Parts: sequence; structure tokens; C-alpha cells
Amino acid sequence: MQGLGISVLFKGINFQRLLLGLWVTLRIALITIGISLVLGLIFGLLMMSRSKIARAVCRVWLEIVRFMPQLVLLYIVYFGFARLFGVNLDGETSAVIVFSFWGTAEMGDLFRGALTSIPKHQRESAAALGLTKAQINRYILLPQTARRLLPQAINLSTRIIKTTALVKMINVTEVLKVGQQIIGQFYREPSAAFWVYATVFLLYFLICWPISLLAGRLERYWN
Amino acid sequence: MKRFVKVIALALSLVLVLASAALADGFRTLDEVKESGKITIGLFHDKKPFGYVDENGEYQGYDVYLARRLAEDLGVELDIVAVDAPNRIEFLQSFKVDVILANFTYTDERAEQVDFALPYMKVALGVVSPESALVTDVEQLNGKKLIVSKGTTAETYFEKNYPDVELVKYDSYTDAYLGLLDGRGDGLSTDNTEVLAWAIENPGFAVGIESLGDLDTINPAVSKGNETLLAWINEEIVKLGEENFFHADYEATLRETYGENADADSLVVEGGVL
Repeated sequence: MQGLGISVLFKGINFQRLLLGLWVTLRIALITIGISLVLGLIFGLLMMSRSKIARAVCRVWLEIVRFMPQLVLLYIVYFGFARLFGVNLDGETSAVIVFSFWGTAEMGDLFRGALTSIPKHQRESAAALGLTKAQINRYILLPQTARRLLPQAINLSTRIIKTTALVKMINVTEVLKVGQQIIGQFYREPSAAFWVYATVFLLYFLICWPISLLAGRLERYWN
Repeated sequence: MKRFVKVIALALSLVLVLASAALADGFRTLDEVKESGKITIGLFHDKKPFGYVDENGEYQGYDVYLARRLAEDLGVELDIVAVDAPNRIEFLQSFKVDVILANFTYTDERAEQVDFALPYMKVALGVVSPESALVTDVEQLNGKKLIVSKGTTAETYFEKNYPDVELVKYDSYTDAYLGLLDGRGDGLSTDNTEVLAWAIENPGFAVGIESLGDLDTINPAVSKGNETLLAWINEEIVKLGEENFFHADYEATLRETYGENADADSLVVEGGVL
């Protein structure tokens, strides 16, 4: 067995288990990204609202998300909620709540940034041409905002995918946890760890790479 | 903008309502566990041979064997939660599991936070030495060199109780074992589970002393104050002792790791009696 660490990947259904773990990773990330996109737009609009209270709430929310390590947030929701309020959520639900809480604020801030970066004269010129408010939003502001938002939104999405590795701490068997189980099972095979982690790396790469490829392509298309 | 505030408030309250559907106030008593038809047990998922997942995705190991039996005798389904060493107490305190069976060593500090049942395994120190000059009694080590790892219980134990034994200290387990292979000491001491497993893989070495020093015990643990479940587990452990269940467990899960010659009694505790 010495030096044949790679073989541990193909023992029994180990490889299938890794792929199944990857699906769990992907599932959490996709749901989170979906929720973050939708709520993020609302959050971004709220950040620019005239209501002082709404802006203050957004500010506090965003700062909490930025200062608190995601792992702490996960522990608060998974363990803390159960202890304090008797709300016993399972690991995956807790993960989606925490990552959406984070993603919404970050996405909102990106959206706000993209929208405010569009020069004022764009809106004014459109109004001068006689476009209605809805038309200005639809034809002038939205396309330009989307273009500016895209690279950052993609960046946030890949960050969310990678951060899901933390959920192994709250009893979610995602790809990294499966990897550790395989290493634990072959603890006498020193090179097993290398091959397992290399495979996990490759799997993450295989998800994140196409996303950034697609983003690059869209950017070129628009320019 | 007011509408957005309303939408968010609505979404938040929806989440809370959904969440409170899964309301759990405190631990589950024995009757509640039976009624639900499911017992949730926290197990290690990567610590062979005590709790691990095999290549077919099935949980295996000494702790898992016991977990299966507990569920079977309760007449309920076993729901396994994979825990890691640092968050074992947290899982009990937040009532995410009914029982922890993740090779949980009894300590006074932990006993303040969770309730331990009767022990089902024990860990002590062991001494491994070359078969050609096997050390079978601690007195043989007087004036000789014994290899230990820094910061381990073996180091403190020998310093305190056997000052005549010359200790050769290494920073890591790997270095300590290499030292023994190189003949830098007459023996090596650390947890008996460790030396037993090591001796199997290194021909020419054997464990002459299998159990030495202060015993640490491994016990099931339940949430603090969960008396009904604790009492049932204690009864069950005593009952299982009558049929020598833990020896069967040892044969099924640990024998392979510790070898034909290892003595099951240096690890196994039957009926909770040391």
C-alpha cells in the first residue's frame, strides 16, 4: 500500500461520496447565491433609501457581516439559537441562513456601488430625451449597472462557494468532510491526505473555474 | 421604500415561524426519544478504529458498534450526527444530540457541563520495547532510558512516580518513535492504544506493559440533567456487561488494529466496572 495513496480514492464508493459531498457544497452555495441576488437588490435599494432608519439598519447589518467571522455566525445560528430560543435548525438550513445573511449584505453593497457609480448625466440626458422613469431604469440604468456589478458578483459567488467548507463544523457532510473521513479511514497511509486534498482542490476548481470563464466571456461580449 | 421594509419584515417573520416549527426546548427524555422512534447519537466520523466512515459510506468502529446496540435495544432508529473533538460538549448543550459516544474521556471539568454514564473503555499508559530486551515491569527501567513525548501524560507520570527512570524527550510522536527505532532508549511510553497499534506495524517490538498509571475512562455522555436517559444507559451498560458485549465489540472493531496478542482487558470495561 505504501506510496499508493491515490488508490484510497477508488476504494468502495469513496469517489461517489466525494461527488455527493460536492453536490451538497454546490446545493448550499447555489441556494445562497440565489437568495443573495434577490435580497441583495432590495438591500441595495434600501441602502440608498431616504429613510434614515433603513439606512442605519443596513449599515449595522453590513458591518456585522464584515466583522464577524462566518464560522462564528454559523455557531450562533446552529448552536446558539437552539440554546437561547429553543430553535433547533439542521446544519444545512443554518448554513443557508448565515451565508444568505452575509451574501445579501455584500451583494446589496455591490449593487449600491454599481448603481451610484453611473454618472448623473446619464439619467439627466435620458430624461431630457423624454424617456419615462421606468424607461430610464430599464434601458439606461439597469444595463449599465448589471455590467459593472457582474465581475464583483461573480467574485462574491466564488467566495461563497469556497466558504461553504466551514459547514463541516456544523454536521453537514460536504466535500471537505467526506475527504477527512477518507483520510481518517486510511490513517496509516501517509500519502492518502495529499491525494484526497488534491482531489478536493480539483473539485472546487472545477466548479469555480467555469463561473469565472462565463463571467469573462460576458464582459467581453458587452464591451 | 416603505414597501421594501414591509417585505423584509414579512420574510423575517416567515423564517421565524418556520424555525419555531422545529422548536426544541431542552433535552429529550427517555420517553420522548422512544416516542419519536429515533435516537440521535454523536459519533466521530474520522477516528479509526473508534468512529469512522468506511469506503462504503457506512459508520464503523468501537463506539459505533455500541451506538447501534443502544438504538436496537431501545427499539428506535439510529440517527448519527458526525461530531469533532472540540464541539462535542456544544452538541449536548444545544440538544442537537441525545447522546455523545465519540470516545469521550471523562474529566472533572467536562463532568460539570455534561452528565457521564458508566465507562465502556479505559485508556492508560503502555510501554513498548524491543522484543530482544522486553520491558515487562516498570522496575526494569530504573537507571535506563525511556523515550517519551513532551507534554504527554507519560512524561508527567514518570517524572512524578519513577524519578530513577532516565527520560529521553522528543517534541513529536513521530520523532519519539524514530528514536526508539534508532535505539536511543530502552523503551517508549505513551497511551496504550497508541503503542499497541504501533507495535503491530513494527516487527521486533512488543508492548511489555499494557496498562500503567492513572486510568482515564471513556464514557457515554448526555445533556446535563437528563436523568431518565442517563439511568437507562447505565442499566443498559450493566446488562450488556453480563453478555460480555464489549469484548465482542473489541473483537469486531479493535482486534484488527491491536493485533492477535493484545489483551482486550487492557482497554475494555465490562458493565461499567473498572
